[in-house]
Amino acid sequence: MQQANPIMLSFILRRVLYTVPIMLGVSLVCFALVHISPGDPLVSILPPDASVELQEQMMAIYGFDKSYPEQFLRWLGLALQGDLGNSIASGRPVASEVLNAVGNTLVLAVTATIIGFTLGGLFGFVAGYFRDSWIDKLATAISVVGVSVPHYWLGMVMVIIFSVELRWLPATGAGPGGSSQWVWDWEHMQYLILPAVTMSVIPMGIVARTVRALVADILQQEFVSGLRAKGLLDRGVLAHVIKNAAPTALAVMGLQLGYLLGGSILIETVFSWPGTGFLLGQAIFQRDLPLLQGTILVLAMFFVILNLLVDVAQTSLDPRLQRG
Amino acid sequence: MAVTADTVAHLATIEKSQGYWRSVWTRFLRDKVAVCAGLVAAGLVLMAVFAPWIAPANPLDGSMIKRLSPIGTEGYPLGADELGRDMLSRLIYGARLSLFMGVVPVLIAFTIGAAIGIAAGYLGGWVNTITMRVLDVLYAFPSVLLAIAISGALGAGILNGLLSLTVVFIPPIARVAESVTTSVRKLEYIEAAQASGASSLRIVRDHVLGNVLGPIFVYATSLISVSMILAAGLSFLGLGVSPPNAEWGLMLNTLRNAIYVQPWLAALPGVMIFLTSISFNMLSDGLRSAMDVKQ
Repeated sequence: MQQANPIMLSFILRRVLYTVPIMLGVSLVCFALVHISPGDPLVSILPPDASVELQEQMMAIYGFDKSYPEQFLRWLGLALQGDLGNSIASGRPVASEVLNAVGNTLVLAVTATIIGFTLGGLFGFVAGYFRDSWIDKLATAISVVGVSVPHYWLGMVMVIIFSVELRWLPATGAGPGGSSQWVWDWEHMQYLILPAVTMSVIPMGIVARTVRALVADILQQEFVSGLRAKGLLDRGVLAHVIKNAAPTALAVMGLQLGYLLGGSILIETVFSWPGTGFLLGQAIFQRDLPLLQGTILVLAMFFVILNLLVDVAQTSLDPRLQRG
Repeated sequence: MAVTADTVAHLATIEKSQGYWRSVWTRFLRDKVAVCAGLVAAGLVLMAVFAPWIAPANPLDGSMIKRLSPIGTEGYPLGADELGRDMLSRLIYGARLSLFMGVVPVLIAFTIGAAIGIAAGYLGGWVNTITMRVLDVLYAFPSVLLAIAISGALGAGILNGLLSLTVVFIPPIARVAESVTTSVRKLEYIEAAQASGASSLRIVRDHVLGNVLGPIFVYATSLISVSMILAAGLSFLGLGVSPPNAEWGLMLNTLRNAIYVQPWLAALPGVMIFLTSISFNMLSDGLRSAMDVKQ
């Protein structure tokens, strides 16, 4: 890589600084979640016949007797120290529950992104290269199906085909050891196949669409005809096309990973995959607001940071900015 | 003088738009895929409207002995669900709530988002900066997560579901509206209208709206497909529509336990969600190329 130039550095610095108010805003939204929910937040903790003194005591412990700005600052301060409160249902710290689950969600989302990116990139590339051929039409159809299919239903259909009818793969869970002991062996990986393949359909459709448009666009640019005129063979042209399409395609992949991390709740529910989505499902089902709030905060922060990384990576890969 | 300039610009937009819509329609009709998708979507809407006349049975009437009857049972062409209710009738009636939950949030978000985006784009300056930065915060959430966060906090219910989906779709629509309006605002004829003394409100109404609503609308239609999947997804999680209502996502949820008994029956509601989502998606694609909107 070339030496970073001042323009690029200042862009990156501004981009990093810009993330601070966004993170603050995101945490404000997460804080507000508990307060838009109807009903007294203490109802689920206290027994119905709790005395007034006990109620007031609990209000003070949880800080509900303070004003909203005070509560927000207190909550934010604790969250920055890694304290997201305790789950109402299990009584355990939310932070450790989320941390346990995040690993499993990452395993699922990263695998799905890799499958989706590889297949989508391939389909999109072939479609863009042989534009308007039958391959193009097929790839376009696949990408439309990919973005239109309700993935939770696709997950059910996969379970019906491969678990119920064929009995090839397990339907739910993450293998022996449950949620805490993920290992990359067949014993565990067979549980990953169905949810990961189901999940990969979303980025596949979007990546295929993007790459197709990119490739078709690049092939129409003058430098390609220039390369061809110079007598460069198809394979050489191909390398140039890949080089030019890669930064955008990788950026799309990064964003898709973020969407999958945040949007995995439906697929994790279908497959009972012990990740953050499953945790969210439980939080909703049991109206465990601290757990809901904490999980959403962590996932949204992941998304913000991933967005930042994608932007920075894309800037440093952009040849126009590298030259200054 | 001022009046003339304004009137000429006004007439020019009107004449352009009439010819434009005719050519959009002709181009749309030439697109076979889009026409087919449009017909399917129209069929689904008709099915929702005329559900009481089409459906063979009451979608809420169950029969304990008919529970989970397979597809093709006499009197139950598509089988019966876990409470012995006629599947075909529930799928037909399900179109009502499912389409409502999928389309209405996009419509409301289109109205609010377009208003915010056009105002921010036309006014520019600090109004623009503040509005867009606030929207950036909501944009910083993955859409599924934001929808689930809000309706998870608010609890189940049709209204809460509608509200959370609307909040999810306002930022992207406002963003598109802002960028389209900003580019239109810099065009010369707007400058001409401003120079001729037309008020901001009048310029927006007469010259800006006609040029920006099309692209914003096309973008909003592309969100209907996402909204359908998300809305049904909320009900699938136990948020959104509650039992015993017929709604496709909720039906998938309650039939999920029957997956080992009647697997293909359990998958039926998803077929309807898929069909709706894909037809709206292709309809929107066709609309975009017919209107020649670049995104």
